[in-house]
Amino acid sequence: MDFQTILLVLDSMVRLSIPLILAALAGLYSERSGIFDIGLEGKMLAGAFAAGAVGAVTASAWLGLGAAIVASVVLALVHGFASITQRGNQIVSGVAINFLAAGLTAFLGYAWFSQGGQTPQLPAAGRFQSLTLPGAETLREVPVLGPIYFDLISGHNLLVYLGLAAVPFTWWVVYRTRFGLRLRAVGENPAAVDTAGISVTWLRYRAVIICGMLCGVAGAYLSIAQSAGFVRDMTAGKGFIALAALIFAKWRPWPVLGACLLFGLLDAVAIRLQGASLPGIGEVPVQFMQALPYVLTVILLAGFIGKAVPPRAGGIPYVKER
Amino acid sequence: MAAASETTGTARPRRRGLPGWIEYGFIPLANIAAAFLVSGLVVLFVGENPFEAVKILLWGALGFGEGIGFTLFYATNFMMTGLAVAVAFHAGLFNIGGEGQAYVGGLGVTLAALALDRYVPWWVTFPVAICGAALFGAAWALIPAWLQAKRGSHIVITTIMFNFIASALMVWLLVDHLTPAGSMQPETRTFEAGGHLPELGGLFALFGLDIGGAPVNITLFVALVACVFVYVLIWRTRLGYEIRAVGFNPTAAVYAGISPVKITIVAMLISGALAGIMALNPVMGEQYRLQIDFVAGAGFVGIAVALMGRAHPVGVILASILFGMLYQGGAELAFEIPSISRDMIVVIQGLVILFAGALENMFRPGITRGYALLTAPRAEPARAAGGGS
Repeated sequence: MDFQTILLVLDSMVRLSIPLILAALAGLYSERSGIFDIGLEGKMLAGAFAAGAVGAVTASAWLGLGAAIVASVVLALVHGFASITQRGNQIVSGVAINFLAAGLTAFLGYAWFSQGGQTPQLPAAGRFQSLTLPGAETLREVPVLGPIYFDLISGHNLLVYLGLAAVPFTWWVVYRTRFGLRLRAVGENPAAVDTAGISVTWLRYRAVIICGMLCGVAGAYLSIAQSAGFVRDMTAGKGFIALAALIFAKWRPWPVLGACLLFGLLDAVAIRLQGASLPGIGEVPVQFMQALPYVLTVILLAGFIGKAVPPRAGGIPYVKER
Repeated sequence: MAAASETTGTARPRRRGLPGWIEYGFIPLANIAAAFLVSGLVVLFVGENPFEAVKILLWGALGFGEGIGFTLFYATNFMMTGLAVAVAFHAGLFNIGGEGQAYVGGLGVTLAALALDRYVPWWVTFPVAICGAALFGAAWALIPAWLQAKRGSHIVITTIMFNFIASALMVWLLVDHLTPAGSMQPETRTFEAGGHLPELGGLFALFGLDIGGAPVNITLFVALVACVFVYVLIWRTRLGYEIRAVGFNPTAAVYAGISPVKITIVAMLISGALAGIMALNPVMGEQYRLQIDFVAGAGFVGIAVALMGRAHPVGVILASILFGMLYQGGAELAFEIPSISRDMIVVIQGLVILFAGALENMFRPGITRGYALLTAPRAEPARAAGGGS
């Protein structure tokens, strides 16, 4: 592998890990507040469809992004209503959200656009285009650093930078703001938060809404930034990989970035290695690379490499004492 | 009102306030009705008539012999996966891995059929294939079960991960190892006669019903036997008692001398085996070969079926027939009204899981109050009459 190939692989790693980062951070807000969310996949899918559909009709990427956020937040509120207000089973609710999104996106796409569940190809204005960062062209000729800046850092669309910026922002929110402190507290000990006179319900609803917004952006990234339109089952398990990354990162923002980049790298290498033969190992089956994130997560969950301890009140509906 | 203000758990007011027919009949029906009501609104939303849709759906599922045959074929799948989820529910476990367990179970069926189909009649292959399916399905559930029991890893997450791992494993096996030389299709060779399960066309003909080419086969009886087995296991055996005890309260179970570690593993093995046996139906009953993604979501339908059937075999049978009707009728519906694609079934499935599962208590306060209003006036005049005399 020469320098150029490494750059290409790293570049696709960044592109592939952005939806994972956004979705995993979405899950971080929700799960840190004590609401387990296995519906990341469904919310992302709903976002991707809404962005694709609205982007195709209005030819505006921004309206598409807005629609994605709205669609995803609506599903997040359904999850919130079931798990916060109705104190239902959060896992069951998440499963329901996933089916609802998978069914509705394909069903509505089929009924509205009659293209087998796809949305029409988007015009250029309906997509987020790649941006060239200032000075990228002029610095291109500088050895080593030039190509790194031009290929790897510059030349992505806006949502990539948004996704990357969401990591330090989330860290700041969770660890440096009053809201973040309460968010962490309500996921560990909601009774204590309640005693302090803070509404557990409202706090958790806010967490769930933020989760919906980020999932919406992740979905929009898939359909109107990375590709030019929605295809059915577009998320293809990315929501679950994001969930795996969140667990892998032990529900912390910076490790989320690391885990998502790792899983993105695995994906990029898998695409690169398709059919290629490695010295000493021989041909690595693509399926092996695809399964690796899941296998790694199971090993981590088993506690063989560190221990992933979820927020203590996660999954338990809060019943106010009377 | 008294029931609504009870704060300690949900089990107590339930038992005191409501009679059985409301608890096990009316409330589940209200939940399902809500799910179908919302589905109707979705159909209305794309500009079609929901009543027309229901009419076509019912006709497609039950209106003619072949439709009934297909309905029962699908129901067979869902019965097995529904039972799998139900058994795990009783132990307090949520097995989302039915899809993967059924997929790997298909490998067990296939290996048995590929080894025997050329030499023996189907009834020799049949029990071996059942054992293979159960064994492989159970094996795929073993690691998540063991991790949950021994290391406390959340079984929901591990079984989701194992679904994806199963998918990767099976694609790899099919593409690189099980495809016969020279074939481009990632599937095994077609089984010979020894790997074909008999279809039930002849049996239905005895009752004057022509089911045409519907692939409903002897696996239907396997599924019905499995329902009886699960009923006896859960409510009539010591192991079943222990499973329910752990499901109700693992801490209390320990004091009763029951090992939650053992019960968790055993319940998941049974669950995985039941899911695995589902593979018999499509692999040896319909396609006569192993194909990529032959489970096609049946493992997930099992979750809806178990929730709707309240984890009881009778409920599972009823719910799986309903979902069989949806799958078969939905195909007819998509043919008759092209703008209602088969994806509508997935929407209904999601709504059923939402209303019968996550929102199962939404109507309870209202129904409890309504029931109290209905029963109260009868008691009051009696008291008034007693006071007057």
